[in-house]
Parts: sequence; C-alpha cells; structure tokens
Amino acid sequence: MAKFNIAVNEPGMRVFLLGNLAIARGALEAGVRVAAAYPGTPSSEILEAIASAAPELGIHAEWSTNEKVALEVAIGASYAGVRAMAMMKHVGVNVALDALATLAYTGVNAGLVLVSADDPGMHSSQNEQDNRLLARFAKVPCIEPYDAQSAKEYTKHAFKLSEKFQTPVMLRTTTRVSHAKGDVTLGELPEYKKQKAHFTKDARRYVCVPAHSRALHPVLNKKLAQLEEYASKSELNLMHLEGERGIIVAGVARNYVREAIERLDAEVSLLELGFTFPLPRKLIERFLSSVNEVLVVEELEPFIEEQIKAICGDVAVRGKDLLPREGEFTPELVEEAIAQFLEVEYSPPPRRKVKIELPPRPPVLCPGCSHRALFYALKKITRRKIYTGDIGCYTLGALEPLKAMDTCLCMGSGLSQAQGFYHAGVSEDMVAIIGDSTFLHAGLPALLNAAYNRADILVIILDNRTTAMTGHQPHPGVGVTATGSETKAVDFAAVAKALGADYVAKVRPNNFEETVHVLEEAFSRRGLRVIIAEEPCALLGRKLGLWKTPPEVVKERCEGYLCSACRACLRIGCPAVGWKDGKARIIEELCTGCGLCIAVCPNDAIVEVEQC
Amino acid sequence: MLTNVLIAGVGGQGIILLSDVLGNAAIRSGYGVRGSETHGMAQRGGSVVAHIRIGDARSPLIPRGRADYLVALEPLEALRYLDYMAEHCISVVNSTPIPPASTHGRVAGYPSVEAILEELSGYAEVFPVDALALAKRAGSVLTANVVMLGALSALKGFPIKQKVLEESIAARVPPKTINMNLTAFKLGRKAVKG
Repeated sequence: MAKFNIAVNEPGMRVFLLGNLAIARGALEAGVRVAAAYPGTPSSEILEAIASAAPELGIHAEWSTNEKVALEVAIGASYAGVRAMAMMKHVGVNVALDALATLAYTGVNAGLVLVSADDPGMHSSQNEQDNRLLARFAKVPCIEPYDAQSAKEYTKHAFKLSEKFQTPVMLRTTTRVSHAKGDVTLGELPEYKKQKAHFTKDARRYVCVPAHSRALHPVLNKKLAQLEEYASKSELNLMHLEGERGIIVAGVARNYVREAIERLDAEVSLLELGFTFPLPRKLIERFLSSVNEVLVVEELEPFIEEQIKAICGDVAVRGKDLLPREGEFTPELVEEAIAQFLEVEYSPPPRRKVKIELPPRPPVLCPGCSHRALFYALKKITRRKIYTGDIGCYTLGALEPLKAMDTCLCMGSGLSQAQGFYHAGVSEDMVAIIGDSTFLHAGLPALLNAAYNRADILVIILDNRTTAMTGHQPHPGVGVTATGSETKAVDFAAVAKALGADYVAKVRPNNFEETVHVLEEAFSRRGLRVIIAEEPCALLGRKLGLWKTPPEVVKERCEGYLCSACRACLRIGCPAVGWKDGKARIIEELCTGCGLCIAVCPNDAIVEVEQC
Repeated sequence: MLTNVLIAGVGGQGIILLSDVLGNAAIRSGYGVRGSETHGMAQRGGSVVAHIRIGDARSPLIPRGRADYLVALEPLEALRYLDYMAEHCISVVNSTPIPPASTHGRVAGYPSVEAILEELSGYAEVFPVDALALAKRAGSVLTANVVMLGALSALKGFPIKQKVLEESIAARVPPKTINMNLTAFKLGRKAVKG
C-alpha cells in the first residue's frame, strides 16, 4: 500500500502523521543508529516505521524478545557511542526496569532515548500506571510531547538532552499522543554515513559492583540537581502570565486546556510543561509568585500536583479534587474543570439517551481464529480445570461464550501462576495458556521453573506464527526479522523438551477432532505437559491464501431452536455464524472457511461446499 | 475555520484509510489537521471511531456536541455518538448492518435499520447510503469505506474539494485499485447528490 515513506528527505514538507510515526521520523532526523523494541499498544508503530527505513539508511532496527532485552541492546549501542532508542508500552518499562534502575548510575555515551507509551483509559492494556513515577524512581529525566509535531521535535530534543547530561531520557507519550494524528513539518535527515562505534573501557563507570555504584550514586544525584536547573530554562516549557489564577498542564491535556480557555474566553495564567522530571522548580516558583491559586491538569497520578504542593507556600493548589485520577481526559472534562476553577459560566453539551437498546460490540476473536477452536476443544473435555491465561488476542477467550480463561495479569504470568495453583494443592487440572510471542518474551524461565520444581501442569502454547494483537510483528519463532530478512526460527517443541517437559505434542487446532484427541491424551498423563497449537493467525491466513469457501447450512438438517446441543454452532462465538429465521446462517463476507462450525454441529447440518 | 468529522464503524472496515485520506487532503488544501483513532485490542471486530478536525484545532479529540459531520460505516455504530453531534450535524450512514456476535440467536437482536435511522434523524440530517451495493458496483466490497467518503464529500458545507480528495485517494490506496476506488468515491457522491 502506498504509505508515507518515513525516510523521505524533503525538509519543510507537511505530512499527516500518526504521533508514533512522528517519533520515528524524529529519531531518523536525530540520526538514530540502533533501535530496539518489543511490540505493545500504543507503541508498536514506532519501531515498524524505523525498520521500514533501516536497510536504506544503515540503521539496525530489531524486535527484541522483550523490553528488558530491547533496552539493554540500546544501552550497549549507546555505550559504544552510537545513538540508540528503545520503545515500549508503559507496562513494558516494568520488564525493563531492572536495567533502567541502574542505568542512570552509569549514564550513557551517545544519546539514549527510552520511549514509554502510556495508556490512560486502558484502550489496550491491563493497567494504567503513570510512568513518570518510574522515571522519577529510576532517576531518569522525562519529557512529554503533546501532539504529532511536538512528538517529532521532542524526540530530537531527547537525544540532545541525553548527550548533554550523559543520561538516558524517557520520552513519555500517551495513547492520545501516540495514536493521534496531525500535520507535521519535516526536518532534515542527517547524512547516514557509517558512524564508527567506539567503547572506552572504564570499569568504575560501567561495572556496577557496590564499590563503584557507591561512588556513582552521589554523582547521579548531583546530575539530577543540574537537570532541575536546566529544566527551568528548557524551551519545552511555555509560560504565559495573565491574571491571578493559573493553570499548570502537561501532555495531551495542553491541547484541551488551550481550547477550553479560548472557548470560555477566560483570563488565566498558563504554564505548559514539556519537562516533567525533574520538574523545573525555579520556573514553577516564578509562576506561583504571580498567582494566588493554581489548577494542575494532568492525566492519571497527581505527579506534578504533589510536588508543587511541597513548594507552593500560600498559593492554593487544586487538581485531583476537580479532575479524575483514573482514565483519560476528554476536552469537555477539562473544560468543565477549568470553568469550575475559574468560576465562570459553563453549560456542558447535552447528554442524549439512546431510545433503542444498543447491543454492545466488544472486541472478539476474529472469524476463523484458531484460538477459538482450541478453547472450544478444551471445553469439550469434561474434567474440572483452572485456566491461567496471558496477554494477547487469546485473552479474548475469557469472554462469553468460551470463558476459557480464569486469570490474566501480565506477560508470562499464567505459566508461573499455574505452578502456584498446583503447589497450593487445587484439585482441578491446571492449564496454562500462552501465546507464541508471549512465551518467548517471558514464558521461557517460567517453563524451566515448572520442570525444575516438578509442577504437574498442562501448558498450551498458541503458536499463530506472529505477534497478532499488536499488528503482526514477527518474533523469534517466525524466521523473519523486523526488517523482513530471513533468520533462524526457534523450534517450540525442541525448546520445551530441552527445558524439561515430560510430554510434548503438536496440534493444528483447525483440525478439531484430532485436537480434542491430543488434549485427552495430555490430560490422561501427569507431569509437565506442553502442547503446541500451531495455526497461522486467520488474518495472516488471508494473505497466505489459506481461506476456504464458506460452508453452507442444510436447512432441513438444522434443528434451530430445537437443537439438542443448544445451538452448538453459536456456542463457539464466531462472528461469522449468525442466526436467521430460527436457523443457523453463515455470514459469507466474514467467514474464512475454517470449518469449526462444521465440526461442532451435531446434526451435520453445516457442510463444506464442493469446490469446483 | 474548523470542521469536525467523526467516523464510526467496526474494526476492519477501513476507518484508518479514511482518516489518512481526509488528513492528507486537508493538508493539500492548506488547512491544519488533527485527529485520533483506535488501534490495538479494540480493533478486533469491536466498535472503532476516528476523529478528524480540519482547520484550527489543537485537541485530537472532538469535544462532545461539536461534530459537524458523522460518517457511520455501520448503522448501529452511529447511535453510539449522539452526544458528539452538533445541532447542525449532517450524517451519512451505510445502511448495511454488521450484527455484533453478541446478538446472534438472541431474541433482542439487532434493531431494525429503519428504527436506527429514525432515531438518528432526531438529531441530524441523515443520508442513508447503500454502500455495500455501490461498492460491489465499483468492483469490490472493500471499497465501501471510500463510497462513504464520497457521500461525505457531497454534503453541504464540506470544506475539501472533490478533486483534492480524489488525488489523496489515488495517493493512498494500492495502485492497482485506484480506478476502482475513484469509481466508488463517485458513486458515493452521487448517492447523496442524486
């Protein structure tokens, strides 16, 4: 598809860019040489975009096996003197935190930028943690862009800041920056000649043993004090003084505040912060000295608010008493809070009640998704089971009607939780369900642990040959790199055996009967059992030409509401199996021809169409 | 100048392509443009929405009550955004439903399209478009989104010229499908203009 070429060298050109693409472009304009990431919404498009230009520009861009690895790859490159970037979603930073928490001690050489894409409102995440707190915890400066153009400029700025202070820099975005779009004016690309990597050995700096780290910590704290000074002079903050009340705002809410002030035609002082850790203390003090009351507008945690309360003196500080600490802000939410704060008249736009009952439309497993077949096969086995699940498309198996997932916490945790359930002594069979990419990300140590500590559990690796949920990124099981070149592909069965599984089997979930049979066999055994359920993601299947002709419903055989199996075909929860005039109906425009409905109909009323 | 367009539909219907085309066309027309869209988990057959703001906007989201145009690629999805519609809102609605899996086999299933359009017309001037039929006529059901873009472009007061939109479509769709998509666009325009 004719999409924007991220490496086009036309300074001044205006293009319509996704925030994440603007970050990628900013990285290219900054001359990034090594980029590493693990996919996660809302961060994934950054590395994809860099990878698309990587071969041409001589950049190394990779999907790493997890976020910790990605950050460490970037650290190595930075130590070796080339600009590096690691990108991840907010919870990914938890995985990378082990490295990050000590990285500030050693500092960096060439610029190192960590992009943390937070997800207020949890559009596609298990929590909505505020990673400014992690920046502070790890003693790493944090800057926050607020739209697509600033996303590009801040990325470039982050590299400069990183090199000026020899520190990693967190570029923190949120979903409404990463997945917002805007018109962006391009800058110049540097000459991407072969840049020489060079590492000067210095054990006292790079080898973090206690004696060295004890010396590094006070240096780091001094650096933070310098950064605080510098933040007050930073061009990323904007101050406008007008009136005795003031608003302090950061992130995407800067846009909501600006528009609200305009609509309310209000007189108010405004401090927009792009530099949020360390906070620009002097600048804030100057702002506070010219107002007698301030409202802090920030999504999620009262990060700025609490720090300001410590230095505010007589100035009244408001924030989370007027704005929520959960979820993402909306323009009208911010406008209402500002109107209340300024005591100006405001009538919120009317809420309209829909008279018709609106059926919900949550995300569902796609038509033809092999996870559905696997979950349904598990349901066919009548033993009592507890399913510990994981992060991926297959988490949707927790929903009606499949309901084949009882826990989901974080990457890889289902596999370890199953062991805890088992050692606690539950009477049910333990089934841990984990996707291919998630298994390679965080499941390997957990599987080894199960073998080592003798957990009697069944592990199912759902291998759909891609990282599906985040938009089909390759992983080490696929044999293709981020830039599309061929590479080694890990053999899941061999890995499971090597890590100590007692029983390893492979199934094709779309071969439904065989899958049920293999599952029965696995449940009849004891020990650490691993089943690899391999079937390409249905969305990939389309490109691979695996889709088949949709089946037909033989009306005479379909018993409809009388069906003794309680309408088995609807129980699989496939969007392509509908219902019309009291009988099953295949919705042809959605159907992939996977055949699961054929396999589950007790009356053989759904049949394959003879292909001519 | 500020024109707010809200596009509602179901994951997989090609909303992001429409947002790309509108955004690029806005830039070609010399306007500023901002927007926001749904990626990730919410895309898996779920409700999706894109906000496009052409002109002098800063927020990527349209505030409630300020959408000038509502494009619904699926009828039911239009009703989820009544709160966003401005008093003067004009709406084009693809009249072909995609019933959510939650309604399959249920007595309280998918509401009638007539009832949906009637409720919607309490808040906006509504133009139903049989985008599926027109897309088929253009050559592929996959062009239904572009049919709806054509319909939007023909609405009263829409700020971007037909020619600029056509150039943006040609620049964005796969080269082999340019003619088909331009046909779809024209059929959509005609459905509204008559």
